[in-house]
Amino acid sequence: MPTDYGPVAIWGVAAVVGLATFAVRGSFVYLFGRIETVPPRVTRALRFVPPAVFAALVVPSLVVVDGSADLVPVAVSASASEGVSVAVGNERLLAGLVAAGAAWVTEDVFATIAAGMLTLWFLRFVV
Amino acid sequence: MPVSHVPPAVRRGVRDATPVAVGIVPFGLVTGVASVEAGLSPAQAVGFSVLAFAGASQLAVVDLLGRNAALAVAVLTGVVINLRLLMFSASIAPYFRPFGSRRKTLSSYLLTDQAYALAVSWYREADPDSTARFRYFVAAGGSLWVVWQASLVAGVVAGANVPASWGLEFAVPLVFLGLLVPAVSTRPTLAAAVVGGGVAVAGDVVVVGGSTGLPYNLSLVVGAVAGILAGVAVSASSDGTEGDDGEPGTPEGVSD
Repeated sequence: MPTDYGPVAIWGVAAVVGLATFAVRGSFVYLFGRIETVPPRVTRALRFVPPAVFAALVVPSLVVVDGSADLVPVAVSASASEGVSVAVGNERLLAGLVAAGAAWVTEDVFATIAAGMLTLWFLRFVV
Repeated sequence: MPVSHVPPAVRRGVRDATPVAVGIVPFGLVTGVASVEAGLSPAQAVGFSVLAFAGASQLAVVDLLGRNAALAVAVLTGVVINLRLLMFSASIAPYFRPFGSRRKTLSSYLLTDQAYALAVSWYREADPDSTARFRYFVAAGGSLWVVWQASLVAGVVAGANVPASWGLEFAVPLVFLGLLVPAVSTRPTLAAAVVGGGVAVAGDVVVVGGSTGLPYNLSLVVGAVAGILAGVAVSASSDGTEGDDGEPGTPEGVSD
């Protein structure tokens, strides 16, 4: 799904993000002597940037399907005539849960990608 | 130049960075693929990468551009993800204090989570002089830069040649998942993740003025802010029991 933005907008975003990131990186390197440390309360808040932002990026892409939340990775139904049947619910959520397990065990981004993509392909092309 | 003429700090920096550099290859590949899928030209993908040199935020920004999010939201997201680098800048600044402004500029540009972690641990262990500190930092950070850009270019090339049915765009949330899971190690970080993810989902499914989801992809920013506040609140209410408020210097699971 390609962007509708033109080259000027894209280069503009790249330049602004690049400049701002450089300013963040260089901030204390240049200011040292005037500001010695980050206030502890700011440091504490910054510690929660990665979990909060990464979760806000990940969770919707796993559970939001066509504008509503699909929280069922595996649909299990039981009936007297057919017994218990299991079907794939939300394939992205199921693949994401497998990948999260891999991330938990290995703490490795490559293993996480591999587990998630292989699960998705298995659900799409095999099941 | 024969290897023996390379300053020891440079050799040490490259050697220390090598295993870390291997670890960022898949991340760079995914960012390259995602850049192409978002509609960036190869020059734009590489140009952005050289200007920002910031893995997670690059990936988030190209993903948002591909979804036609508001430009301000894309920029804000990219900058917020990189705010954590303030901690590393403050922590490493004393070691860079004697550098001239050109050395400071280059070192700042190359400051990533991984370069920071490698350098500070070597500085503490070996107590090198100013020049060796600079050489080590540029060697380690420069190695990471080269590997990152090369893997991104490989991803740009691959992205143009992989069929859409493979669903390669799914690798984007997987990368963030691979960064998220290790970043959740304490109760406050768990609270930040649960609230951040939950509020972002709510923002995507809520019906506002007849259309679904908050406008401009704001759900991401609202979720992130709510998550940060939740983490601060839980950590304040359980002060001293979590042991996660030590000095900034252990970038667990945060990649860049």
